Amino acid sequence: MKRSLAWWLQCAVTLVIAAFLLVPAIQSILAGVTANYFRGLSSGLTLKWIGRVWELYSASIFLSLWLAIACLVVTLVIGVPAAYALARNPGRLSRMLEEFISLPLAIPGLALALALLQLYGTLSGFRTSWTFILVGHVLYTLPFMVRSVLAVLMAMDFRSLEESAATLGASAFTRFRTVIVPNAMPGILAGALTVVTLSIGEFNLTWMLHTPYLKTLPVGLADSYASMRLEVASAYTLVFFAMIVPLLMAMQWASARAQRIAQ
Amino acid sequence: MTLTIETAAKTFADGTRALCPTDLTVGPGEILSLLGPSGCGKTTLLRIIAGLERPDAGSRIRFDETDVTGLAVEHRNVGMVFQSYALFPNMSVRANVGYGLKVRKVPADERRQRVDEVLRLCRLTDYADRPTHALSGGQRQRVALARAVAPRPKILLLDEPLSALDAALRDSLRDELAAMLRQFRITAVFVTHDQSEAMAIADRIAVMSSGTMLQVGRPEELYHAPANTFVARFIGNAMPLAGQMENGVLHLPGGRLELPASAAGKTAYIRSENIRLDQAGSLEGKVETVTFSGGHFRLAVGGVLPDGSLLYLQHPGRTAPESGSTVRLTIDPSDLIYLADQTSTHS
Repeated sequence: MKRSLAWWLQCAVTLVIAAFLLVPAIQSILAGVTANYFRGLSSGLTLKWIGRVWELYSASIFLSLWLAIACLVVTLVIGVPAAYALARNPGRLSRMLEEFISLPLAIPGLALALALLQLYGTLSGFRTSWTFILVGHVLYTLPFMVRSVLAVLMAMDFRSLEESAATLGASAFTRFRTVIVPNAMPGILAGALTVVTLSIGEFNLTWMLHTPYLKTLPVGLADSYASMRLEVASAYTLVFFAMIVPLLMAMQWASARAQRIAQ
Repeated sequence: MTLTIETAAKTFADGTRALCPTDLTVGPGEILSLLGPSGCGKTTLLRIIAGLERPDAGSRIRFDETDVTGLAVEHRNVGMVFQSYALFPNMSVRANVGYGLKVRKVPADERRQRVDEVLRLCRLTDYADRPTHALSGGQRQRVALARAVAPRPKILLLDEPLSALDAALRDSLRDELAAMLRQFRITAVFVTHDQSEAMAIADRIAVMSSGTMLQVGRPEELYHAPANTFVARFIGNAMPLAGQMENGVLHLPGGRLELPASAAGKTAYIRSENIRLDQAGSLEGKVETVTFSGGHFRLAVGGVLPDGSLLYLQHPGRTAPESGSTVRLTIDPSDLIYLADQTSTHS
């Protein structure tokens, strides 16, 4: 088949851009499994650096996972009922409240962290505990949960569903548990994956809040870039990728599903 | 169960009066229809009965002798079929129908038995395990009905249950719904804006307009003896014969009609099905339009009524006069309805 010149040009531009994005990633991944980066691939491939990352930073990995789970639990407990309350009482006040919850999206993480430090920095027990970082993560991720659930609730006629459950004898809590939550599930799932992904990857807020004993995965990454061999830092990136990419894919899938249902 | 409503009224927060103080009694096993144009307050009244809307102070709702005015919707034991059906999308047909029994903690054995029975009565047994989105409109309506009656409610409330269906389906499902409601032998209140629906299903009809209940009665009563002009026009489209009354004779632009003495000071109304084409008729007019609608022709005749109003009539038979031709009409005075002037009826 004969291709036009335009087709070849488009193809070339696409390949150049793809290379521009992919080459550094490939190089970084290769650096993480190369025995000696400065001598290049000829020095041989090794898993030594990944082992070293595990030795040095496994605590960061577990702290990040733990924080992400805790953050998810808190945003579920606060966010789902909050979204439901906002959907139930549409009005100027609800809009303002929704905007207010969403503020952390617009404010730089550093500013948010500074505010937290000013307010709670002197409570040394709290300041040095992992829950301090958790508060920051919850502030940052809560709007994603609320908006995701709210979008699904607004798309379905939840009021009629709830009213029909009420005429059938269901109390307010039973209605929430058996009708609202199951039907909002696509939004809850999409929100949950977003919250976990964001919590694991969050850097600038966490960097301000962390203590030397509480380094999360991205904070550890910065640390390794600053103070370790390039191979260790690259191996760390590889570990980070391995954790975050499946989450990212699951998130894409879940939000596509939520959007399909919302239509 | 007898439903008694005393001075039920509803004023919304912004001050709109959705329902003026209304009294109504629905007897045991009776099917009553609330009929009126949209915005007349019929759905508000239904929601007040259900407990979904809180009426103004001074309103009283009783189920038999029990005052339920302050009782929350979930404790009233009503069954409701919503306009959108509001089936739970996360549950199968069976789970939808069993929901009311489940939240009332009916034991599983008894629940299964009861659900099976209701599914059978509503001819849904074959669809029991399907998800609700895999059903047709008519099947969804039956699921909504089955779900509402399964917990054996004291009263069944239906909010425009046929309006979500195609026009073609609506007529056949109307009769089916009427038959199913009779078979449940349950007191029912049924909201509609369609008079033929109300007539086909209800024992009695309550006609509502702008938040007021205008007349309550059997369909024949409303048709033959409407209490005011709104009811006369809404049920069966009665047309006013506005002319000059002199000594028992009504003078119209198209001729004259002799009326009984009791007609003095009132307006005479006539329905299209009671006007006949007749060479010897006392009224004359010009055919403006002719529409064939299957069983009969519908003719619009000008020149009979003042101010260019058209008089509609139904003409059976195979042929009709052409538009533009002059025809003579006759009206049997016994078919006329005499009503006081419109101004005094909408108080």
